[in-house]
Amino acid sequence: MKFWIGAAVVAAALVAMAALVNYEYFFFAGYTVLMFVVLSTAWNILGGYAGYVNFGTPAFFGLGAYSAAVLYKATAAPLALQIALAAVMAGLLGFGAGLLTLRLRGIFFAIATIAVTVIMQTVFINWRYAGGATGLQLLRPEPIAPFESYIKMLFIVMALTALASVAIARYIERSWIGRGLRAVRDSEEAAEASGVPTLRLKLFACTVSGALMGVAGAPMPMYLSFIEPASTFNLTYAIGAIASPMIGGTAHWLGPVIGAVLLSSLQQIVTVTVSNETNVLLVGVLLVFFVVAAPEGIVGLFRRLLRRR
Amino acid sequence: MSALLTIGGLSKNFGGFAALTDVSLAVAQGERFGLIGPNGSGKTTLINCVSGLLRNDAGSIVFAGEEVSRLPAYQRTRRGIARSFQVPRPFHSMTVLENLLVPSAYVGHVKDAEGEPRAMELLKSIGLADKANAHASELSQVELRKLELARAMAAQPKLLISDEAMAGLAGNEVDEVLAILFKLNESGITIIMIEHIMQAVMRFSQRVICLDAGKIICEGTPASIVQNPDVQKAYLGA
Repeated sequence: MKFWIGAAVVAAALVAMAALVNYEYFFFAGYTVLMFVVLSTAWNILGGYAGYVNFGTPAFFGLGAYSAAVLYKATAAPLALQIALAAVMAGLLGFGAGLLTLRLRGIFFAIATIAVTVIMQTVFINWRYAGGATGLQLLRPEPIAPFESYIKMLFIVMALTALASVAIARYIERSWIGRGLRAVRDSEEAAEASGVPTLRLKLFACTVSGALMGVAGAPMPMYLSFIEPASTFNLTYAIGAIASPMIGGTAHWLGPVIGAVLLSSLQQIVTVTVSNETNVLLVGVLLVFFVVAAPEGIVGLFRRLLRRR
Repeated sequence: MSALLTIGGLSKNFGGFAALTDVSLAVAQGERFGLIGPNGSGKTTLINCVSGLLRNDAGSIVFAGEEVSRLPAYQRTRRGIARSFQVPRPFHSMTVLENLLVPSAYVGHVKDAEGEPRAMELLKSIGLADKANAHASELSQVELRKLELARAMAAQPKLLISDEAMAGLAGNEVDEVLAILFKLNESGITIIMIEHIMQAVMRFSQRVICLDAGKIICEGTPASIVQNPDVQKAYLGA
């Protein structure tokens, strides 16, 4: 109950912001922060709960973005349909890639997910209709009333997506599925011996995680009015999606949210005030700091402080 | 007594190495069955094949009248084959109680509200109730062994395979674990015990099989096993 009240308050605050603030860049940057909340939350379902480190975030994100772009080019379908298609396509990729890679463990799984990203990028570089290597210019339609700007509308769409992803992650974490995934992370053999269908659970996590990443990517072509493979399948998405849960804490749904809000806000500020390159350095330094100083992230740090009292 | 577990012509190779060759045995309902043999003789491989962690290359495993050798491990657990691990593998991010709630949710399909009191009872009977809310990472060796057994029991098995549950424990701790296994057997659970501590196996088992280099070299009562010249040569070091 508390969670839903909190979610409603956050949603209301974001909508109020959209109604009151008239500074376009705020929403442009806010969209990115919220997008990383979705990506990190999605990553954490497989990476945090089940312990399978996925470097393939750009593959799912990019497939979502391209699904939306290609659908829009072909049929001029509205944004809601683009998002739905992105979810389905990225979910299917999650299921398929999971079937092939989830039998691998540890570092081998991580490497396989990088390969998935490379494959996806190669496919879209060579697909002429989707713009090939040069990319695709897209003309934004008029925003739907009551929105007066398309960016504001996308901001609200991403805010709702973020709330929905967090609700899904929280549900999984607290259900029997979450306990099964934790058992997988702790010991896969013992999990099987305790009756946990490990492969099925991992596939489920990979599918849901992939679908949510696809949804995070779906509005991207409209956000930029442009799509192109090199930046869409960029590893920075993978790094952001991994670093945020690590910084915030992987064991609790709040961890990726805190991590993503902190990290991407900081990145936005650094990008504007210092330079675009410095923000990558920032991620690296923060990540090393947290791995050493607070291996259970900010949430874990607070939990330990509370327990000590 | 009818056979609960029947293994016929079981073979398992790792590359060119034959870990098990043509192993056949039957364990009766309610029996206390001992499995001994030197290191590397295939004991753990055998129970990995039975519990489903490994797939056997040839042969059959019939449990409660059903061929299970092609089922994934979790399905076998759900049918009533539970095991403990030689090197304890607790779910270390969970408390002791939560460890037990994993099988109770996935095998018994019960909600936590129902599973918790049952799990507490199980912990009480095994002498781990005071650690229910401790994290698995805070437990001592003997407590970890008990947790292994308790978690296996939470799957409500017909057959419990105890893989060296007593290795490395002190004398009184061995007695403690042995008492637990006797109690479980009295409640109707068939038990296969793999153990190096000979007094424990001899006291516990009604029947013993000795493996050497992946083959059964001897089968019989504990008393006859220790007299067997092959066993003495292969295992007891006479």
